[in-house]
Amino acid sequence: MINVENLHKKFGSLHVLKGIDLEVNEGDVLVVIGPSGSGKSTFLRCLNLLEEPTEGSIFFEGVDIIGGNNDINIQRQKMGMVFQNFNLFPHLSVMGNIILGPIRLKGLTKEEAEVEAMKLLKRVGLEEKANEYPNRLSGGQKQRIAIVRALAMNPDVMLFDEPTSALDPEMIGEVLDVMRLLAKEGMTMVVVSHEMNFAREVGSRVLFMDEGVILEDNEPEKFFGSPQNPRLIDFLSKVL
Amino acid sequence: MDFSFIREYWSYFLLGTANTIVLAIFTLILGAIIGLVISLMRLSSRRILSWPARAYISVIRGTPLLVQIFIIYYGLPFNFPQAMFLGVDLARFVPGIIALSINSGAYIAEIVRAGIQAVDKGQMEASRSIGFNHAESMKLIILPQAIKNILPALGNEFVIVIKESSIVSVIGIAELMYNAGIVRGATYRPMEPLLIAAFIYFILTSTITRILGQAERRMSQGD
Repeated sequence: MINVENLHKKFGSLHVLKGIDLEVNEGDVLVVIGPSGSGKSTFLRCLNLLEEPTEGSIFFEGVDIIGGNNDINIQRQKMGMVFQNFNLFPHLSVMGNIILGPIRLKGLTKEEAEVEAMKLLKRVGLEEKANEYPNRLSGGQKQRIAIVRALAMNPDVMLFDEPTSALDPEMIGEVLDVMRLLAKEGMTMVVVSHEMNFAREVGSRVLFMDEGVILEDNEPEKFFGSPQNPRLIDFLSKVL
Repeated sequence: MDFSFIREYWSYFLLGTANTIVLAIFTLILGAIIGLVISLMRLSSRRILSWPARAYISVIRGTPLLVQIFIIYYGLPFNFPQAMFLGVDLARFVPGIIALSINSGAYIAEIVRAGIQAVDKGQMEASRSIGFNHAESMKLIILPQAIKNILPALGNEFVIVIKESSIVSVIGIAELMYNAGIVRGATYRPMEPLLIAAFIYFILTSTITRILGQAERRMSQGD
């Protein structure tokens, strides 16, 4: 579904991504872990071109999204993204946040969009918050709404950029539960996270990134059970 | 001090005040339009747009309003007919409004730019990640939030415009300052008409400041 070839990203003289090759298949739940500054967030943000790669190519569903004359705005509709800081739109209600894209970009009527939104809200247990404004919600609720907002576009893949890093510990669980549900339903996901348990239980593949390269790419049992790369062994010994 | 001339000349102050208000309102509306366009150009990543906006802002802010008014009054390539409209001489009024708007637009552009830049960067990213293009994101997500940052400073600019509009008296626009001058000449009293003008300016600006303060409080309650 996503094919990344020789991806490089430089910020000025800072070489953040140093040649990433990766294939994401339909139904994959890819969890990317690694120390801060390893480039994992930058890598994720390159996948929907929030960061413009310096070199390399990315194919999404067969379409070369960097080169060529494709419209990235169309491709982004099929790639939902969830941010560390939620980034809900504070001037819109929860419902307004969710239906803005479906109405404006997918041509749904307000009624259709609201029906779909309510279904999604029910699934994350927040249907009674539909008319609240984001600043009235807890962090965990905000993040669940942010996930719903991305899902409302009916994406083929969901990108999660450290979705629980800005949350109080007691709220992490409710967000991970929603993500677990999504994974079970077969959603293709790429998750940058520090949640090792989530990676182990939910991930179909776990990647270890350090200093701009992928050092290990394996199934969770082998990744955590018999890690090969010395830097991964060192990393795991510190975080587990 | 002798203010007895007021009985005879009060209508000059009344008319002058009305013209000052009209001048300020038109200037603010046109200035806001100019300011919005210039600020969006200024923020553009395309240099063909941002460079002229930068130049515009620095030239206008770096030269005296008085000079700008004369240049525009004498330099406009066309003349407005000597028509009277609502007691206003358009041939002078229109260049006056143009000059004030062009000037105010540069300051408003910087106000708008600051207001836009104060919106969290994540908002644009979230909007783009849904699939909105840059212009849609600006219109639907960024500007509605920026307005909250912009309005207080814009109200301040309104007060500034009211005060600075007194300068267009030099091209014969019959606003408050100009009419105060007429009364000074007619009564041979140099001081008192100025005090009255100052008093009226103060009433105008302090009223607006108070209204804006209330509006701001009401808006922040919505947070």
